[in-house]
Amino acid sequence: MDADELTALHLDYRKVLRLRGAIQALVLIALAIAAELLLPGPRGLFVAIGAALGLWLALISPARKFNRWGYRLSEDRLRVISGWLFHSDTVVPLGRVQHIDLDQGPLMRRWNLAQLTLHTAGSHGASISLPGLKHSDASAMREAIRAHIRDGRA
Amino acid sequence: MNDGSPASLSTGQRLHPAGLLAGFVGGLPQLLFPGAAAVYGTRSSDLGAVPVIAGVLLISLAFRWLRWLRFRYITGPDDVRIEQGLISRSARSIPYDRIQDVSVEQRPIARLLGIAEVRFDTGGGSGDEASLAFVALTEAERLRDLVRARQSGDAVAAEPGAAAAAAPTAPVYAMDTRRLLTLGFYSFSLVIFAVLGGAAQQFDFLLPFGWSDLAQLWGMAEQRGVDLTQFSRSAQLGGAALMLAALVAIGIVTGIVRTVLAEYGFRLDRTPMGLRRRRGLLTRSDVVIPVARVQAARITTGPLRKRRGWYALHVVSLGGKGSGEGSGEADHVAAPLARLDELWPIIAAARLAPPAADQVFHRARSGAWIDGWLLAMGAASVAGALLWAATGLPGWWIVLAGPALVALLAIPRGLGWWRTRYAVDAEQLYARQGWWRQQQLIARQINVHSVTIAQGPLLRRRRLANLDFGIAGAALTFHAVPLETARAIREQVLALAAPVDFSEL
Repeated sequence: MDADELTALHLDYRKVLRLRGAIQALVLIALAIAAELLLPGPRGLFVAIGAALGLWLALISPARKFNRWGYRLSEDRLRVISGWLFHSDTVVPLGRVQHIDLDQGPLMRRWNLAQLTLHTAGSHGASISLPGLKHSDASAMREAIRAHIRDGRA
Repeated sequence: MNDGSPASLSTGQRLHPAGLLAGFVGGLPQLLFPGAAAVYGTRSSDLGAVPVIAGVLLISLAFRWLRWLRFRYITGPDDVRIEQGLISRSARSIPYDRIQDVSVEQRPIARLLGIAEVRFDTGGGSGDEASLAFVALTEAERLRDLVRARQSGDAVAAEPGAAAAAAPTAPVYAMDTRRLLTLGFYSFSLVIFAVLGGAAQQFDFLLPFGWSDLAQLWGMAEQRGVDLTQFSRSAQLGGAALMLAALVAIGIVTGIVRTVLAEYGFRLDRTPMGLRRRRGLLTRSDVVIPVARVQAARITTGPLRKRRGWYALHVVSLGGKGSGEGSGEADHVAAPLARLDELWPIIAAARLAPPAADQVFHRARSGAWIDGWLLAMGAASVAGALLWAATGLPGWWIVLAGPALVALLAIPRGLGWWRTRYAVDAEQLYARQGWWRQQQLIARQINVHSVTIAQGPLLRRRRLANLDFGIAGAALTFHAVPLETARAIREQVLALAAPVDFSEL
């Protein structure tokens, strides 16, 4: 019933997460340095907080997030589990998909990864996103899901 | 670009180049602000504003051109695909079977250029659908015909005229004058003061006096020895009571006027097309809610209304066209003020069922709420202590201010939590919530499009979870459900919903 049957994301996506975390950390540390120079307060306080958060974002959080992420595409539904601090476990029946997006950000393109998003007619939490798939796998999944939509009707 | 992509940039079709011009002209109003800023910024330089404005226009045009270069659409055997994006690439696939309607729109400039904007409406709740702005008019017509031809022989919806032709029968629900006034009474509203206040601020240049004049008047009165405190206590109390009474009277009158304007002649009929609602005094609205599109029913009430046995019924329907109230409108009032036993026939007409008399409603587990409360109390205490230590304020009681505030705010939250219940039967889901604004949502399990089990750190510690159901037009959540129960409910709902394709609903 639970995590044993899940497929993990592509290992390259961990690199994307790390890189993204590192960029966020750099921005945060830059802000902390600016705050240190501009705002009064105990010396080194802002930089210390910024550095701690930055380390967390760049080194610890990406791997934890990655390890929690997983999906399972079964005959008639897609299940995506994600989140380390805040768990989320979503199932979308393929027959309810309205349209499908395949997105590539600049970082993901570097490793030829893509994000698959299924949109449903629901208005709250209407879509389910699955990042970190090889582009070819993602488009294969898209074709499979689309075929299901076609068959479901016939 | 991407070797793995089956539909690459080379195979798709571009939009019509004249669309660049139409989009540019249409987007000019958005450039008004940057343009004005440019003029303002360069007012002291010798250069003048003209080159700057030209630059802004040129940059805008260049971006539009780049976007145009990177935009392709493909009409495949099963779907329409749209690929776009300058830096981030996005490819959207819209299966023909999911396209509810193709709209072709021509605004004046587009009409001049012989081009049109094509929109694919998939009937989804999320507003961001697919649009092609712009293609040649002939291409637009080709696309529309293509989509209509690809859709596998769906029964065409009945003509709108059919509703009007239906024989007159007794309404499912109607409101007489007495009930209209009762509803107005419950719609007590002080909104007029907000409107007046806003208008006064907005148009104070129209007033014959300024606000500062008022303050001056007050000051003058005080200088001359007029002091509010010199009036007798009873006069002060009487004045206050009079003010309060006037306020209440204005509130009631506002409520009645607004209600009469909106709900006069309220009438709900059952027609072959669906539930037909007519209402309104000055602007008469006539809406047909197709029964097949109804996703859920919502019964609402408040503490006062409930005591007198009054409830309101809303019908949540799939968004999109046909509602006549704008595309975003998915929540229709089906009965503004009614007894419970009057509501059930309407709910039955919408093909939903009331909960069984012996239906067990489960309460949200209190553990999660208590954890959150303790955490907030702790955080407020620490914050108070830090504040006290940092500022060195004399009163130590400031440490208690934070926790006291949290405790106070916790009262309505706790009452709300007490009222949060859920129930499941073989076909439907029920969720109750709210202490001041109470509501009960009834939805068919077959209309659930996705199910999420969500857990924050607090919930996880107690092996609880929130269960979110993706329903068009309504938020349906079971709060703080034991994890195993949540999984079981999800399996049950999916077993019912997953085999049914969206087009069969």
